[in-house]
Amino acid sequence: MSQLRALTQWRYFNRAATLALFALVALFPFTRPPLDGFMDDCILALAYVVMALGLNIVVGFAGLLDLGYVAFYAFGAYSIGWLASDHFSSINGEEGIHVFAGEFASSLPGIHLNFLFIIVAAVLICAVAGMLIGLPTLRLRGDYIAIVTLAFGEIIGRFAVNGDEITFAEGYKLTNGRQAISPTDQIDLPFFAEFDSAFNLRPYYWFVLALVALVLFVNFRLRDSRLGRAWVAIREDEVAAASMGVPLVKTKLLAYATGGAFGGISGAFLGSYFNSVQANVFQFGFSIFILAMIILGGVGSIWGVVIGAVALSFINTRLIPDVLNEVPSKIGLDFDLTQLSFGIFGFLIVLMMVLRPEGLLPERRHKMELTEGVGVDDAIVQVKQ
Amino acid sequence: MEAASATAPPPARRATRAGVRDLLSRYGLIAFLLLLPVYYGLQDLSDEGNLSRLGNNLFDGLSNGAIWALIALGYTLVYGIIELINFAHGDVFMIGSFVSFGLWGTLGLTLATGPLGLVVGLLITLIIAMVTCGALNVMIEKVAYRPLRNAPKLAPLITAVGFSFILQNVGILWLGGSPRSVPDLIKSQKELIEIAGISISQGDLLALAVTVPLVLLLTTFVTRSRIGKAMRATAQDPEAARLMGINVDTTISFTFLLGGLMAGAAGLIYALYQTTAWFFQGFTAGLIAFTAAVMGGIGNLQGAVLGGLIIGCIQQISDNRIGAQWTPAVVFGYLVVIMVFRPQGLLGEETREAG
Repeated sequence: MSQLRALTQWRYFNRAATLALFALVALFPFTRPPLDGFMDDCILALAYVVMALGLNIVVGFAGLLDLGYVAFYAFGAYSIGWLASDHFSSINGEEGIHVFAGEFASSLPGIHLNFLFIIVAAVLICAVAGMLIGLPTLRLRGDYIAIVTLAFGEIIGRFAVNGDEITFAEGYKLTNGRQAISPTDQIDLPFFAEFDSAFNLRPYYWFVLALVALVLFVNFRLRDSRLGRAWVAIREDEVAAASMGVPLVKTKLLAYATGGAFGGISGAFLGSYFNSVQANVFQFGFSIFILAMIILGGVGSIWGVVIGAVALSFINTRLIPDVLNEVPSKIGLDFDLTQLSFGIFGFLIVLMMVLRPEGLLPERRHKMELTEGVGVDDAIVQVKQ
Repeated sequence: MEAASATAPPPARRATRAGVRDLLSRYGLIAFLLLLPVYYGLQDLSDEGNLSRLGNNLFDGLSNGAIWALIALGYTLVYGIIELINFAHGDVFMIGSFVSFGLWGTLGLTLATGPLGLVVGLLITLIIAMVTCGALNVMIEKVAYRPLRNAPKLAPLITAVGFSFILQNVGILWLGGSPRSVPDLIKSQKELIEIAGISISQGDLLALAVTVPLVLLLTTFVTRSRIGKAMRATAQDPEAARLMGINVDTTISFTFLLGGLMAGAAGLIYALYQTTAWFFQGFTAGLIAFTAAVMGGIGNLQGAVLGGLIIGCIQQISDNRIGAQWTPAVVFGYLVVIMVFRPQGLLGEETREAG
């Protein structure tokens, strides 16, 4: 009985600690000026947290290695590029279509939807895209899935970059290619003043923090749900899961869809925050960047992924360009370290995998699998004496 | 698996159904591969009345494909033995190009070098590039894959991706972030001979002259030599091979060495043929070559060569007709379709992975 009470107490303590943490993080902007480089980095980090949590569902929970996650970033970003910018400027007789758009956006040509609609659109587009990308991989396993998803990611990246060559109905271009769709609308929520990233970053910070909170909540609930347990079951042993009655097709597709949807939300947010949708960023490297966050934090562990995403994001935006960039010149070498950031991520991945494959903050169940070799192909287990 | 859980038909009917499916997917794949050449062939016939443009595309494709075949051999060898997609293999090839370019400078090979000096110099470059890449590949296996041999299968794949990025950044440090043009030592575009409207350039000749002997050497080696036999045994069943007294670790290292040697040779040919070197060339080349390996049937040496040549032709046609900026999308499209409908490729057998 006392054990149970201790458990409930521990749970309450956990919840209180989480709330306190969120309160602290939410109050943080008041310590910085409204337009601040560090705030900018924080917003990016939080947006990456949303993305990493999405990928964690596919890779961490369901155990399907997705190397083309950048596709969902692209779809999310283009959903704002298409639906909240002057990209389709000649639509509706150059007057544009406006649905609850902000004051300034209402005067512009092109399609302008409210950001809440954009999020819904991004979620829908990415969920469908996730299922479409997932469908061909259903029969495959392991590294073949990785390659097929990678190929899809690259194909979509190609379409983003060369989309300005594809025109449909009266000369609307699919994308703007390397020239970016710009400007996209600022976020404009009901009951709040329109955001403006040129003067005040705080609203964006709070908005993305709210997104993180929402996604975290959904993630925890999903993990403990029937679906979450089905994902873990598939990850641990697909055959056993199927014979226990887990519907493989549905469960896998739902993993791709949910994971993709989170990527889409984050992509739409970043599209609005950057004020443009640039096709050049939708490259394989970005998928690996997000994957590295998960591996660093601990595959399948929600808090681990949050830590991994924040850490890697700050390594990318702060540590490499600001702190470490001095190092090569000090030891007499002449090169720009920011160019090598992906090499550093690669090194980090190899290091983590060889030395601590379970990540910084491992998930309990995964740790067991990695150290005891459960579910390992037994043909290879005994190769090394 | 889904088929098994559904109401199972009697074994005989199931066998015929599987046979029909196999036949369909094999010929379907061949038809699918012929789609582009036949379409553009018909278009050429109706527009110009002859097939010389398509013929040129195909021949250029073959010499281009020779390079992909050499890289694909590395993928297929490694996959055959430890069922790992050696993601860093394309970047090893890139390092091969860089080493060759660097060596030309050291050896003093320039456009003015005479034919004898050129042949000797290129031979030395070829050997050094091959050895460097072989050693690099063995080192990668030791550092990144061997410690993970007992881990879940995705772990080495992830370190392979990590290593690919490390090598790319070595490339950035070496020659900078943008494509670098290298001296056109063999005047690769100079036409040697024209047969029936198809022009054969010096570069084409070189690509085939290096690739054909290497491929023949490699296949003979794997099928005839003692260590080749050990490789095949390990590929079939590592544990049984170990019980038979085969040193599995050495055999695996040796496989990586062979793959690296081929990648090094491909690196030199690529530099001579394309006259550029870029840190990113390995990523695209790696994926194209992997597509080739899958197309031929992964784990199958002849298949890798065949796949390389086919993908070379497809790539050339796409470069010439659809536009070079779309080529990666076309190749990846092929990759996805093959993976989904015929994961065992043209010549391969059904693998567990593709099950």
